Amino acid sequence: MAKMTGAQALIEALKREKVEVIFGISGGALLPIYDVLYNSDIRHILARHEQGAAHAADGYARASGRAGVCMATSGPGATNIVTGLANAYLDSSPVIAVTGQVNTYSANSSYMIGRDAFQEADIIGITTPITKYNCQVKSAAEIPKAVRMTFHIATTGRPGPALIDIPKNTQTEKAEMEFPDNVQIRGYKPNTEPHPLQVKKAVKLLLKAERPMILAGGGVNLSNASPELLQLAELLMMPVATTFMGKSCFPENHPLSMGNIGMHGTRLANKMILEADVLLAVGTRFQDRSTGTLDDFCPDAKIIHVDIDAAEIGKNVDVDVPIVADAKSTLKLIRQQLVKKLNKKENTPWVNRVKEVKEKFLSEMDLGKGDLTAPKLLKELRKLLPENAIIATEVGQNQMWAALHFQTIKPRTFISSGGLGTMGFGFPAAIGAKVACPSCPVVDIAGDGSFRMTEQELGTSVTEDIPVVVVVLNNSMLGMVAQWQRLFYKGRYSGVKLGSVPDFAKLAQAYGAEGVRVGSLNEFSEAMKKALKTEVTTVIDVPISPEDDVFPMVPPGKGLKDTVAGL
Amino acid sequence: MAQEHNHIISTIVEHKPGVLYNVSNLFRCRGFNIDSISVGPAEEVGLARMTIMVRGDDRTIEQVVKQLNKLIDVIKVTRLDPENIVTRELALIKVNAPSTKARSDIINYADIFRARVVDVSSESLMMEITGTSDKIDAFVSLMKPFGVKEVARTGITALSRGPKSVKVDE
Repeated sequence: MAKMTGAQALIEALKREKVEVIFGISGGALLPIYDVLYNSDIRHILARHEQGAAHAADGYARASGRAGVCMATSGPGATNIVTGLANAYLDSSPVIAVTGQVNTYSANSSYMIGRDAFQEADIIGITTPITKYNCQVKSAAEIPKAVRMTFHIATTGRPGPALIDIPKNTQTEKAEMEFPDNVQIRGYKPNTEPHPLQVKKAVKLLLKAERPMILAGGGVNLSNASPELLQLAELLMMPVATTFMGKSCFPENHPLSMGNIGMHGTRLANKMILEADVLLAVGTRFQDRSTGTLDDFCPDAKIIHVDIDAAEIGKNVDVDVPIVADAKSTLKLIRQQLVKKLNKKENTPWVNRVKEVKEKFLSEMDLGKGDLTAPKLLKELRKLLPENAIIATEVGQNQMWAALHFQTIKPRTFISSGGLGTMGFGFPAAIGAKVACPSCPVVDIAGDGSFRMTEQELGTSVTEDIPVVVVVLNNSMLGMVAQWQRLFYKGRYSGVKLGSVPDFAKLAQAYGAEGVRVGSLNEFSEAMKKALKTEVTTVIDVPISPEDDVFPMVPPGKGLKDTVAGL
Repeated sequence: MAQEHNHIISTIVEHKPGVLYNVSNLFRCRGFNIDSISVGPAEEVGLARMTIMVRGDDRTIEQVVKQLNKLIDVIKVTRLDPENIVTRELALIKVNAPSTKARSDIINYADIFRARVVDVSSESLMMEITGTSDKIDAFVSLMKPFGVKEVARTGITALSRGPKSVKVDE
């Protein structure tokens, strides 16, 4: 191999990882890399803020199932991606960040790492708790192996973000490069195959179960285990509830679908999960927003817990059968063993009961007063979009309404910040998802508060020709906080009123996007139909009542049994 | 509340910059308490052994072990069985010794504890003592009436007894 510079080696290594697109913003410490990018086949998408680049890479990763790459320069560029990495970390998303760093040395030794040089930040120290892996290269020759390790670690086992920090002088330094296909990492050997004995125990429990139920988490989406999940659920006629991160892994138009559990889960899921006698929990970490108070969570059920991360077993909930393995292979194996022992179940008393409760709750569902409410809009939106359309959401009421009322059918079509709850995630994530799946319509369900946090990416979507639709559920409020102040702080609205600025339609137009304000459900339908045909991003501003609450709700500090249907 | 105990965790880690930071940071951000930590090169070049004493109930310790295992640079984590280990700590203790009487008393005590005098000045003595933490505690408190000027302790290091070893599988 001929000698090449560190920057050339980086781009070559990224190509070998089949990277097609990088979301980033250049800067002083990245100049040599951007010079190589100039005539590379990797597409560079210039974000307007590094946080946007990181979220876009995350949206790309979630929609495609492959690593998403973002790039930022040293110092403020790098610190601006921190929120994006923390977000990816809590949602186990394989986002890879490449950051520039100041020189490791210079002739007069005034620009060394550790001397507080211009635009120097200790990004390794800063991102250690929020990345699965990070590393700083010390010489150009280390770059190919560092890239391979970073991708390997980020995308295998329980996925997660990783960061590679590249000092500027290693980008220009020349070296003989070796590009390894495989790397041996002694401290990293993720286990993907389930232990046969544990599978046997799980099968035994499921065979005896009278009221079995599945709780499917984000791990099912991550391991692309939806087909296996569906087959197993149908075999045993097991109702399936999803966690917030699990949404879209099971078709919600299926009779066995219960919807989400949790603080803003469906009444159905929150009720039935407490009646189950065996709970098969797959790819979930029993987070507090899902379980409510733990003392009241499935006290009588035997729990089988499948997770690829051993540290999640027994972290929050004590379980009866732990299985440390990949969701896909485990579900497949459980089904294979069950098929030998029973015929496909039909209408069991349990399934009939579930069906009965489902019908009752559906008939009682409250979609709000007035013509144009968020729940009604989301039901309407489902009719307007094809099954493969991708929904991204911001964070807050918009997100919880979307989770409750937009029925997802295909896996990986619901992209939302579950763990960190990052306002401003949805719009750049929608851009990333659209890049990953250019033929799918992508819609960001936004609130006016969240959208303001990353609205500058309108510039990215217009100039880079990445058309998405943003639906701003506009109550001129930080709505979820306002809801809590209404419910728990005597309606003392402290620091939540945003006022009616900006005019979102005009804001969109200022960027060269389409912008429209609608006043009825009918107008919304028309605007959405038009937006889906338009070749530029459209922002649809939808005024809604600032008094609308998201229900059902489990009040903070309460259990799922205390789910409140509405006021 | 479940009962809290001291536990000793022996880990083999990559011997490179940043690993101690990764480990100590993990303890900090997950709210685990390190009682003591000692680090030094392990039997194989390129690897280090960290011996960590941590206080907590069984559930916490299980999480400590699992979370440590997740760190990429941590190769092996073992909880040592308290019934079946050798633990040692080393301490240097500087004591006031202004008179001949005090000096000879101190040296007598040191003999009993098998501590060694490693430095002498006209007003002070420095001793080196090795042993279990209890033994060192006892010796330090015995020295208190003379006036302890400085104590430096290494923290516990430990290995399990017998031929079995906490080694890296290849």
